[in-house]
Amino acid sequence: MSVRDLACAAGGHRLFQGIGFDVRPGELMEVRGPNGSGKTTLLRCIAGLFTEESGHVDVAVEEQPLYLGHKPGLSPLLTPLENLRWYLALRGREPRREDCLAALREVGLNGSRAVLCGSLSAGQQRRAALARLAASSAPLWLLDEPFAALDESGRGIVRSLVRTQCAGGGAVVCATHEDLGVAGAKRLEIAA
Amino acid sequence: MIVLAQAGRDLRIAFRARGEMAHPVAFFALAVTLFGLGLGSDLQTLGAVAVVVVWVIALLACMLAAESLFRRDFEDGTLEQMLLHGRPIFLAVLGKLAAHWCVSGLPLVLFAPVAGFMLQAPTQALPVLVASLAIGTPTLAAIGAVAAALTVGLGRGGLLLALIALPLYVPVLVFGASAGVVAASGLSALPQLLWLLAMLAAALTFVPFAVGFALRLSQEY
Repeated sequence: MSVRDLACAAGGHRLFQGIGFDVRPGELMEVRGPNGSGKTTLLRCIAGLFTEESGHVDVAVEEQPLYLGHKPGLSPLLTPLENLRWYLALRGREPRREDCLAALREVGLNGSRAVLCGSLSAGQQRRAALARLAASSAPLWLLDEPFAALDESGRGIVRSLVRTQCAGGGAVVCATHEDLGVAGAKRLEIAA
Repeated sequence: MIVLAQAGRDLRIAFRARGEMAHPVAFFALAVTLFGLGLGSDLQTLGAVAVVVVWVIALLACMLAAESLFRRDFEDGTLEQMLLHGRPIFLAVLGKLAAHWCVSGLPLVLFAPVAGFMLQAPTQALPVLVASLAIGTPTLAAIGAVAAALTVGLGRGGLLLALIALPLYVPVLVFGASAGVVAASGLSALPQLLWLLAMLAAALTFVPFAVGFALRLSQEY
């Protein structure tokens, strides 16, 4: 995917301009910048959830990118397993129970327990959202501060998921304040 | 498959939030009862008016239900997952609409004969009343979905939703209520029912796309 001369504004206020970069298969792009600099807006723009003021975003992948934002994207009235199965079905994949359970196990959740997401802790909800990464076949991941609310082992899970994605030829764009620990990661700094 | 997955998910959520699901139906039952008490048992006043009253109350109940259609999904972020990048969202919207009608429209249709009976609607009008609601409430739900999608990003957009939806509801109400009135006077209501069917077909064709566009706009914050 590539981004050319991108400028975005939110609330009548220019967030950034002249942003351009490429991400090729197997690469990780870390997006850094202080709070309010527009990291989230940049990711939403790449995901197609936000319209750019000017410039181009070209995402040349067959399957639409996976987006993990601030909102968990989980219904609090469904269990993590039900949420994951709905998510996969919506992306046109067969939501096989074993695959989903395996993905949940990978992020440290017991999927067969019938606990609604609404009664999970913030960190566990975050893990339930991360299960989407573990089950994903999307060639491009857009992660917005994936470490939020996670404990040390949760952070380790994120790092290993990202490493696996890059090793498997997938690309990751990640807004973060922390090192993801992937060798050869590119870095984009957005000024405030 | 996307339609079924989405409808199944929404039905499951609806049944886990039963209290909220019952609001429109409870409103319908209460309003019908109040009308019955207020109008008394004067057969001269009631009659064909009863059919219209049931239709208007059903319409308001549909509007009440529409407000919560996308609210949860917007707040917990599942809406943005539904919308991601260039996917046609209309299949998921169709699934959502189907589930929404099952929990908010279908109970009204089933309760309509009782409501008509309580308001002493002419017996020969009851089958037509049920038929017109069965065809009309999905259309109302679809129109409500467009208004709900346009206002979901605005926080509490209840009044705005009413302002958008009510003018669009008018044709459905005109034909729906007149079907019952015509049947009450012993004539055939087939033309009105066919008009309702035509409106339903048009709504199901255009609404999923309109809702998709409106939901996309709701993400631009």
